[in-house]
Amino acid sequence: MKRASLFMIIGPIFLLGLFVFPLWNIELGAPQYPEPLGLDIYINGLKGQNEFDIQNIDGLNHYIGMKTLPKAQDMWEFSVFPIVIISMVSLGFLIGLLGYFKQLGFQWFLGWFVLMSILGILGMYDFNAWMIDYGTNLDPNAIMKLQNPDGTPMSYKPPLFGHKRMLNFDAYSYPRLGAYLMFVGMSSTLIASYIGWRHVSSAKRINKMKMA
Amino acid sequence: MNNIKSNFKLKQMKKISYSVMALFAAATLFTGCNQQGSANGALSSSAAEKVYVAPGEQDEYYAFLSGGYSGNLTVYGLPSGRMFKEIPVFSQFPTSGYGYSEETKPMLNTSFGFVPWDDLHHPDISQTNGELDGRWIFVNGNNTPRIARVSLSTFETEEIIEIPNSAGNHSSSFITENTEYVIAGTRFSVPVPQRDMPINEYKGNFKGALSFISVAPETGRLDIKFQVLMPGFNYDLSHPGRGASHGWHFFSTYNTEESNSLMEVNASQNDKDFIAAVNWKKIEEYVNNGGGTKMAANYAHNVYNDETHMGTTTMKKEVLTVDPTEVPGAVFFLPTPKSPHGCDVDPSGEYIIGAGKLSADLTVHSFTKMLSAIEGEKFDGEAYGIPILKFEDVMAGVVRSGGLGPLHTEFDGKGNAYTTFFISSEVVKWQLGSWEVIDRKPTYYSVGHLMIPGGNSRKPFGKYVVAMNKITKDRYLPTGPEMEHSAQIYDISGEKMELIYDFPTHGEPHYAAGCPAELLRDNSKKIYRLDENKHPYAVTSPDQARVERSGKEVHIYMSTIRSHFTPDNIEGIKVGDKVYFHITNHEQDFDVPHGFSIIGQNTSELLIMPGQTKTSIWEPKQVGVWPFYCTDFCSALHQEMQGYVRVSPASSSLPLSWSLGE
Repeated sequence: MKRASLFMIIGPIFLLGLFVFPLWNIELGAPQYPEPLGLDIYINGLKGQNEFDIQNIDGLNHYIGMKTLPKAQDMWEFSVFPIVIISMVSLGFLIGLLGYFKQLGFQWFLGWFVLMSILGILGMYDFNAWMIDYGTNLDPNAIMKLQNPDGTPMSYKPPLFGHKRMLNFDAYSYPRLGAYLMFVGMSSTLIASYIGWRHVSSAKRINKMKMA
Repeated sequence: MNNIKSNFKLKQMKKISYSVMALFAAATLFTGCNQQGSANGALSSSAAEKVYVAPGEQDEYYAFLSGGYSGNLTVYGLPSGRMFKEIPVFSQFPTSGYGYSEETKPMLNTSFGFVPWDDLHHPDISQTNGELDGRWIFVNGNNTPRIARVSLSTFETEEIIEIPNSAGNHSSSFITENTEYVIAGTRFSVPVPQRDMPINEYKGNFKGALSFISVAPETGRLDIKFQVLMPGFNYDLSHPGRGASHGWHFFSTYNTEESNSLMEVNASQNDKDFIAAVNWKKIEEYVNNGGGTKMAANYAHNVYNDETHMGTTTMKKEVLTVDPTEVPGAVFFLPTPKSPHGCDVDPSGEYIIGAGKLSADLTVHSFTKMLSAIEGEKFDGEAYGIPILKFEDVMAGVVRSGGLGPLHTEFDGKGNAYTTFFISSEVVKWQLGSWEVIDRKPTYYSVGHLMIPGGNSRKPFGKYVVAMNKITKDRYLPTGPEMEHSAQIYDISGEKMELIYDFPTHGEPHYAAGCPAELLRDNSKKIYRLDENKHPYAVTSPDQARVERSGKEVHIYMSTIRSHFTPDNIEGIKVGDKVYFHITNHEQDFDVPHGFSIIGQNTSELLIMPGQTKTSIWEPKQVGVWPFYCTDFCSALHQEMQGYVRVSPASSSLPLSWSLGE
């Protein structure tokens, strides 16, 4: 159980990487942008991949009537997400510690993992909802109003994951180091749960054998 | 397979026979058939591969070719010969507004007032420890003597200093091994100080000023540290010593006859003129210890600041002059045959090559021999108190070239030298030390300078040589009586040179300088930061855009971003007003300039780089509503990037107003 607890203690700490490294990245390449424009998404705000990329993405987007990219203070997510992450890290760390001193069982480890997964999915859902709004809620006075072949207004929603061709741009949306660290951290807690479970079940077996 | 092999053999044999033919043809000199060898198909396929830079690929070297009478500097790529940019230096340049915008007009100020043109000759890239460091490139204005410093990060002219007591600033602008000095020698000797005197009293009265302009190590800021006032010869070209000869500078001279008329005859009488060897370290020490005479002068020092985006002129009133006879051991004359033109120093610093332009041979002096001759005080008389060394004592060798009219020499760093021959139109490769000619190739036609990247440093990059010719004739499709000059690129990586490309150049390239692309590519600035813009009339956010009047002067603080001007409707301007358009480009994206022009503007357009502010003056003469627009196709909505100024009669009381999107 000690080994499992160590995994549980260390795992959540990886999530702190989200404060240093971007969670996600959306990159826009086009013939006239041999060096693509890019957006790094952090849990506490957006940053250009190069210093002036946000300004330049906004500059391009104004033609098609997209809103400017939000500043940190423009979206509640950027203040709530850090609190959620800090809380979850503290909670996970505490659970691990209590596990180490045999105060809690592996079920708590698994519980933390499930809670974090739910929060993560909610986060992704929220992110996608924002992108839908960003890509489709366009200024009616936009300079260029483009339509799909069926006559519906064109959506500029970047893909949640992977590649999408949008007008002259190739948009790429992929996780970045923050997300990978989160993956490692969460996997670690899952491993902790598994080792904890194995430990308990083998202990039970031994007990049973002893009883027999 | 067999076929290919035999074909290859055939090609090789052809190649050899053509080289033999070319050798033979060049040796006979007077035949015209020596063009055939290199223009032939058998060679051209490999030549094509050597110069071909595929679409999207970049060149190996930067080449900076002087623009001569265009007054500007052009940037090319090697080996493709593609021109990338024309950098305005001494000439007004309507393309960008250089010399027309209020910010850049001061760059062309001189003691003679605003001089909108010059004759730009010899670019030289800054060096550290005798190797190219790629910080700046220095160029000289020949006509109204000036030296300019061009940044190799912005590729813009940052500084121009006028040189007093000089005329025909030709043995310039050569820099010392650690960019301690830019050296600028006068070609025409003149009365110093200038005065009203009979021209035929030239002899003994005129002086030739050699100026040593210090370069501040961090900023590159120029300052004339001292001028050596030499006898009234013509100081034609020069090069710095390097390695062991660092601290010395060598100038070729002609007209040691000191004639003042029909110079083509009268300045060609002496069998030998001189190469002047100047120990500037010794003079520097003399000056640092309080030596020299301060002389009243008047010359302009123009500095451009890329944070205020503005040039300013300071008139300087004094220059420190040095009489060379007052500093014993500082200056010597090395007799050199036949009006030497080029004066080049090999990468080791040992050999000083004097190209007697009226002869067939090159004279090579040895620095070590010169030092021992000086030590032994073996003098062959003196000229105006300056000791003349004995020709035999300093000469290391003579290159019996077989060509005619040697001008300039560059080095490949592998022990070879390459000299241009103007009269016989060829480049001759020869070996340092043995003085043997190794190869010769024709040029088209009448070659002046040549350039090997780093060929004038301790570390040349001996892969290509560019020959810059004075006469074009039939090399390109004819374009009327006036044609651009022509340059040739030779591959010099092998034993024999191979002509691989021909390309037209702009203006008249004299010298050039080149360096590996890696030295500059990553330092090249992409934008000016708007948050570092300190221009007094800049607007860093569109809400600061406004129009202000003070008397008849109206200042429009305007910003641009794709694709509109802020403001784009302006009213309340009156006939007789002097309207300043101060335009700040708010883009922070690489290669997105905006232009500005307005109908009836008595000046050029402006081309404003991202983050930059530029100013244009407009003096409306007629009542009406006058449009202005962006001149650089900036976006899909570039055509919409326009606006109007309403001009009312002088008596109108319409208040100023301005707007965007109302």
